[in-house]
Amino acid sequence: MALLDILLWGVLPYVMVAVLVGGSIWRYRYDQFGWTTRSSQLYESRLLRIGSPLFHFGLLFVIAGHFFGLVIPMAWTEAVGMSQGIYHFNALLVGSLAGICTLGGLAILIYRRRRTGPVFMATTRNDKLMYVVLAAAILLGLWTTVASIGAPETPQNNYRETVSPWFRSLFILQPDIGAMAEAPFSFHLHTLVGMALFTLWPFTRLVHAFTAPLHYLFRPYIVYRSRDERPVAGARARQRGWSQVGTADRDR
Amino acid sequence: MRVMAQMGMVMNLDKCIGCHTCSVTCKQAWTNRAGVEYVWFNNVETRPGQGYPRRYEDQEQWRGGWELNKRGRLKLKAGGRVRKLLGIFASPVQPELKDYYEPWTYDYQNLVQAPLGNDFPVARPKSLITGKDTKITWSANWDDDLGGTAELGHLDPLVEKVRRESEDRIKFEFEQTFMFYLPRICEHCLNPSCMASCPSGAIYKREEDGIVLVDQDRCRGWRQCVTGCPYKKIYFNHKTGKAEKCTFCYPRVEIGLPTVCSETCVGRLRYLGLFLYDADAVTAAASRADPRELYEAQLDLLLDPNDPDVIAGAREQGIPEDWMDAARRSPVYALAKVYRVALPLHPEYRTMPMVWYVPPLSPVVDLLREQGHDAEDRGNLFGAIEALRIPVEYLAELFTAGDTAVVTDVLRKLAAMRAYLRGITLGNDPDDAIAASVGMDGESLYAMYRLMAIAKYEERYVIPKAHVEQAHDLEELGCSLNFEEGPGMYPSGAFGEASGRPTPVAVETFHALKQRQTTEDFAQPGRLQGRVNLLNWDGEGVPEGLFPEKPSDPGRKDTEGDGQ
Repeated sequence: MALLDILLWGVLPYVMVAVLVGGSIWRYRYDQFGWTTRSSQLYESRLLRIGSPLFHFGLLFVIAGHFFGLVIPMAWTEAVGMSQGIYHFNALLVGSLAGICTLGGLAILIYRRRRTGPVFMATTRNDKLMYVVLAAAILLGLWTTVASIGAPETPQNNYRETVSPWFRSLFILQPDIGAMAEAPFSFHLHTLVGMALFTLWPFTRLVHAFTAPLHYLFRPYIVYRSRDERPVAGARARQRGWSQVGTADRDR
Repeated sequence: MRVMAQMGMVMNLDKCIGCHTCSVTCKQAWTNRAGVEYVWFNNVETRPGQGYPRRYEDQEQWRGGWELNKRGRLKLKAGGRVRKLLGIFASPVQPELKDYYEPWTYDYQNLVQAPLGNDFPVARPKSLITGKDTKITWSANWDDDLGGTAELGHLDPLVEKVRRESEDRIKFEFEQTFMFYLPRICEHCLNPSCMASCPSGAIYKREEDGIVLVDQDRCRGWRQCVTGCPYKKIYFNHKTGKAEKCTFCYPRVEIGLPTVCSETCVGRLRYLGLFLYDADAVTAAASRADPRELYEAQLDLLLDPNDPDVIAGAREQGIPEDWMDAARRSPVYALAKVYRVALPLHPEYRTMPMVWYVPPLSPVVDLLREQGHDAEDRGNLFGAIEALRIPVEYLAELFTAGDTAVVTDVLRKLAAMRAYLRGITLGNDPDDAIAASVGMDGESLYAMYRLMAIAKYEERYVIPKAHVEQAHDLEELGCSLNFEEGPGMYPSGAFGEASGRPTPVAVETFHALKQRQTTEDFAQPGRLQGRVNLLNWDGEGVPEGLFPEKPSDPGRKDTEGDGQ
């Protein structure tokens, strides 16, 4: 086991997680005002209306595909009678489609960003770096998919026997570095760029994904808030030892 | 019954001269920052006209407000929760900058720095968005005073509708044109559709005074509120990526001062005060099947602050006694519910707006006068209100979902007030028949006249202060725009412009500012530090601080030019 393998597949993932989690918590606590989509729809919406849904919905499928490939062990799919051939065909079909949608959407968005004056002016250096890494991650991901079409069916080429076990082993804090080291180069590159993206994540506009407003489905339409500190309905009572410094309200 | 208090405003459109002072002072106070160059929390529209943003009243296009679904329940016109979330990646109906206008400035520097040449240097218009040369084609009040109405008048959605219904009775021939001004701010609705559209739950209504605000820390820039508001009074700050809106000048209102637009109104047409309303009944009232019943339903929501049941209910909800007193003296309650001359703007949007308007009688009066009639005579006025269908129908589209009877009633009351008071001014006995003809008595007609014509500052603005014992809570309450000069004025946080924590506003700051602006002395006379404002010096005597203090040593003479 080479030292480089240990660093890349045994140390780096944990550094990435530490930065991602720590950075997100830090930003959530100290930069609520900067936590936004920074939408540019006000400047231009014709291209955005095509590109943005294409990119975002494609990305949702890509995430689902990663979950299926990385988290669900090969033994499970085989236990329900899904052969490697069928799995691979499905993964290729859905993966390429979702990848192409995402990439196409991103291409439209980047074109729009470059060619629409006000949108380009609203683009920060931070955004540009993020776009480079994001586009690289998607391109390399698509490459791994395409490259696997012609590749011989060896265990090394099957990411479900190399990358996926390593991914799962990370969570039990016993990284299977050997398995990952066996994987083809394209997967190594995709994984590294992916980790770079997640390391950058908390410090870019990508944080808006962490506050996807799913609670909207469940909250009441009209929101009342008091100037007083009367507890909001459903809020936990203030715990002993955490009462605030200050004067109590007089009874009215 | 759940009694809640609501700050409300009434604008008497007859008095609006379209000077835009409210817009300008509001802009200076709230939206004089990068990212909101195109934003006017308060704007004044000339009607008929397209408004700002253009044709915002066409809800078939913009899909703002509420509608009833098949089962008769309220539903957002732009779609339910799932549909809103699916459309979050690119809001399907969203005004673009071109629907507002492209803000601009002029290259004044060129006037003084242009190299010598044969041509006069000019100050070219520059876009505030791109910084490049631009051609000015529209603004927030481009069709001011009916400018271009002959060509563009048909684009007013209300004109379109009235025309369809009256088959071309409105012609924009110059001599027939009627015109009035409509100042607009956020309506601070009881049933706000912007709030219901916000996926993040960042828009909230304050329990104490009903002011609708955007929590800048919780807004994530999904911009569904812009679609949701049928009045298009929520704006997207394109620099901070957050929604912003009229704040009802809450820092002023909390200490008993009127909003900036009211304070600076030249025509003194704005009234501020409290409404008490039944919060439990709002949804039912907004769900009336017939849009023409919505005005009446909205009036029914407003509770009588003299009713013992209401008083008991208000005590139960913890509304302070001085607020109850203010509610009883409220000019807006009097105009909306007691005299019934103020009408809500577009009740058919079902948002229960809380900025009310006294419709203008002036188009009628002006027309009578131009035609050589006595425009103060009751008979002439009443006859004209009945006969002049076009202004009345237009006003009905604005204020009563097309119900001309209500508008006619209000205009008749205003006409009766004119005629009744003219009689008194001419020294005749008050003619109570005039009052009776509009269902009022002489006394209340006179009281209405007092309120509408000569009410003083304290009677026009009855604003109970936020409670002192709550003041320490107000200091840190995170809500929209709560810093003194806006996000752009502070050093940026780690994530570029406008990131980091906003500086909270403190009630003391306002008191200090007020004291500094109203005091007759220097704010800190003891600390002039050898400076004096020469512009204020009349040349007589030697004001303190004109010269540096003489050294206390009497032996040494201080001479000018010392140390040269």
